[in-house]
Amino acid sequence: MDFQSCVNIKKEWDIVGARQLGRDIAKKIGFGTVDQARIATAISELARNIYLYAGSGKVCFEAIDDMNHKGLSIIAVDEGPGIEELSQVMEDGFSTSGGLGAGLPGVKRLMDEFDIVSEQGKGTEIKVVKWLR
Amino acid sequence: MSTLKLDLENYKELLKEYIRTKDEQALYQAEQFSKHSMQHNISPEEIINIHVQSLQEIYPEMPADIQASMNFLLETMISYGLAYQEHQALREKQLELKSELSVAANMQKTLLSTNKPDFNGIDIGAISVPAKQMNGDYHHFVQDQEGSLGIGIADVIGKGVPAALCMSMIKYSMDSFPHKRMDPSVILESLNRVVERNVDSSMFITMFYGLYNPQDHKFYYSSAGHEPGYYYHHEQGEFSEMDAPGLVLGVTKDAEYPQKEKLVEPGDMIIMLTDGVTECRQGDRFIEPEEVLEIIKEYMHLPAQEMVEQVYKHFEKLQDFQLRDDFTLVVLRRDV
Repeated sequence: MDFQSCVNIKKEWDIVGARQLGRDIAKKIGFGTVDQARIATAISELARNIYLYAGSGKVCFEAIDDMNHKGLSIIAVDEGPGIEELSQVMEDGFSTSGGLGAGLPGVKRLMDEFDIVSEQGKGTEIKVVKWLR
Repeated sequence: MSTLKLDLENYKELLKEYIRTKDEQALYQAEQFSKHSMQHNISPEEIINIHVQSLQEIYPEMPADIQASMNFLLETMISYGLAYQEHQALREKQLELKSELSVAANMQKTLLSTNKPDFNGIDIGAISVPAKQMNGDYHHFVQDQEGSLGIGIADVIGKGVPAALCMSMIKYSMDSFPHKRMDPSVILESLNRVVERNVDSSMFITMFYGLYNPQDHKFYYSSAGHEPGYYYHHEQGEFSEMDAPGLVLGVTKDAEYPQKEKLVEPGDMIIMLTDGVTECRQGDRFIEPEEVLEIIKEYMHLPAQEMVEQVYKHFEKLQDFQLRDDFTLVVLRRDV
């Protein structure tokens, strides 16, 4: 099992599409209700960031099935302005969520692995993984 | 995994118990359960999940629609869970900052400590208490080679860490002054240059500096916009204000600080303070300066150190033990 599928993010409505596809794949992999909801929330955050700050981009999903590992990898890519102060956006209480606990620190909490590469003027790529336990 | 399972079993039993009895005992146990869960960092969506699973086990024939509605509820809890985790993380960070701050406050105490000298013929009392952890007031005693006693008392406009940093600078500039006798006006002029050069223009320091010469019993003083002190004439039994014109430190490079002098008779008293004393508040009301003098009068029969401590206790109580500003009071009295 190794497939990748993407959802383009241009309109706010596309966030729902990304959540839907992500949840379907998570369900297939075998994630329970709570993890499905967490994954969907993380996708929302990633897609909303693209929609709000980059204008357009895409969210891609990949089921991981190694010998003893099962999980879901999500990659959010945009060619937006990039993030100037990474350490700042990763700080609790800083994000534009206004203390609603979401933002990128929230995504990091919802998932097991988190990696971000951002270059000013070129865009941002965020890769997150949730492992099936 | 095993603890979560244990919790599920536990929760299911509690829920069953409550459904059967509907009594307060079971609800109390629910409260205990949630506290226990918080201690183990269980977030709200997990509690909902446990609830749904328990329901499924207790009511295997539960309608699918109801079950679906539970998933809907769970979804709405995810963000609350995140906010809760963020709150926990910020709390930990706050504790960290707090302990760092108390280390800094201790360091400041050591840095700014000044020894109240034993001075022949003069009884000295001094107290300085910060409103918050860090003190923005400062007082300093120095005995020069010629045997005079110098006393500086200063207040940074502003409180907390920036004020404390500022004070450390003042302290080190004063330490670097030569040990020969220096007039108060000269001391304030040079401190003014230090502050003007080194401190942000939005930060101001007021200071009162006095010098007591035991040979001729004269007290010389200058002020840099500081709260006026008071002078007690023993023979007349009266107080008078003790002020000198001068700009707050750090405003302009070439400020001058005219110096005044007073002949100190036996039993006379010199009172220096910061606005934390004169601007004490009782409820919404600022106290009048006369009230400070009245309280000083009340404790005047005591040795100087006991006197300033009693005055502090009085105002601390008056303000319900919550200082609004740093409080510093220094008293010198010529022995009778």
